[in-house]
Amino acid sequence: MAGKPRLIYLNGRGRMEPIRWLLAAAGVEFEEVFLETREQFQKLIKDGALMFQQLPMVEIDGMKMVQTRAILSYIAGKYNLYGKDLKERALIDMYAEGIADLMQMILMFPFSSPETKEKNLDSIKERATNRYFPVFEKVLKQHGQDFLVGNKFSLADVQLIEAILAVEEKVPAVLSGFPQLQAFKTKMSNMPTIKKFLQPGSPRKPPPDDCYVEKVMKIFK
Amino acid sequence: MSGKPKLHYTKGRGKMESIRWLLAAAGVEFEEEFIETKEDLEKLRNDGVLMFQQVPMVEMDGMKMVQTRAILSYIAGKYNLYGKDLKERAWIDMYVEGTTDLMGMINVLPFQPADAKEKNMALIIERATTRYFPVYEKALKDHGQDYLVGNKLSWADIHLLEAILTAEECKPDILSGFPVLQAFKGRTSNIPTIKKFLQPGSQRKPQTDEKFAADVRKIFNF
Repeated sequence: MAGKPRLIYLNGRGRMEPIRWLLAAAGVEFEEVFLETREQFQKLIKDGALMFQQLPMVEIDGMKMVQTRAILSYIAGKYNLYGKDLKERALIDMYAEGIADLMQMILMFPFSSPETKEKNLDSIKERATNRYFPVFEKVLKQHGQDFLVGNKFSLADVQLIEAILAVEEKVPAVLSGFPQLQAFKTKMSNMPTIKKFLQPGSPRKPPPDDCYVEKVMKIFK
Repeated sequence: MSGKPKLHYTKGRGKMESIRWLLAAAGVEFEEEFIETKEDLEKLRNDGVLMFQQVPMVEMDGMKMVQTRAILSYIAGKYNLYGKDLKERAWIDMYVEGTTDLMGMINVLPFQPADAKEKNMALIIERATTRYFPVYEKALKDHGQDYLVGNKLSWADIHLLEAILTAEECKPDILSGFPVLQAFKGRTSNIPTIKKFLQPGSQRKPQTDEKFAADVRKIFNF
């Protein structure tokens, strides 16, 4: 049964959020199954549904896909968000991997100990401002186009808008030195599929709170 | 300009080793420029050739490519080691992400303090034998073919062989419960390009010892 993709995860952002973003941006409707208990997770493992006993898992096109990057690559390829040739795909991959490194810091942040939280927040701000955002600011400035690669909407643009909004939640003025990224943020936010995703009631998940952190610890130990 | 890919990294395995494996398996000759000091890394950064100030960096086809996965995907795509369609690519990606996670655990061992090292070594062996190897054993057993995906050599097979040999360095008999993987190892090691890479004098790098780990710490300042 072809049907809609079905996302299996917790009711929170975690490693599934970039996948929700990409499907939404591509205009693809999807279903979600939210795990609430460790027993539900163990049952999935026992049933052999999780290749490496891990989440995220996405049921799509007859496959039970795991591994975030594999899932994102498949969706990008399927919905023409992966450039027109190998070289464009390489550029998209490079940008996406850099953004993923920044997002990894944000992902781990809620799980830092109280003593390291401030240091980790400073690291996020430093990396975003000095290592990652300057790259994309420069790329957009140099070609003057709306999208990062090949003058066409791609996975890289979706990941970048997600990252910008995620960092802004922690460092509100982070884009103050980046006029191109400010314009990019406005343009992307107004694309119909993304605009819809940014509205209340969409599958977009809220930032992680203590309750979510507790649930993650309980389910994944 | 030689036209060969040029790899920028230290003389060790690290994140560049999988790239060396893939190029070698694809029969692609490559050059290497080694970062030996902190100053060497600083120079690359100051020259503006490292997109995110990091290595690996591979000069290839007019690009200065960074990010290990991006580089590996490009090489796999270029040399027809990425399956015949989107679905085969998805399977290859899933398998490779698994072996990446396993090798990632092994890569960081030399840089951990002694007490963490022992605990993590035990975890590596546990993960290899209960989480990762069973998946590949079953995949090969179920279809009975020589290669993981689409009855054709792909990036997934090359990466799996690298993971097997790396894990065996941690525990020599780690494949004892996996007869199909043992056969896979034997077959795949005999593929001419791979056989050549496994011989002394190739560009394959040795394991990182304590002294080299200290050098790496100095270069990357950690």
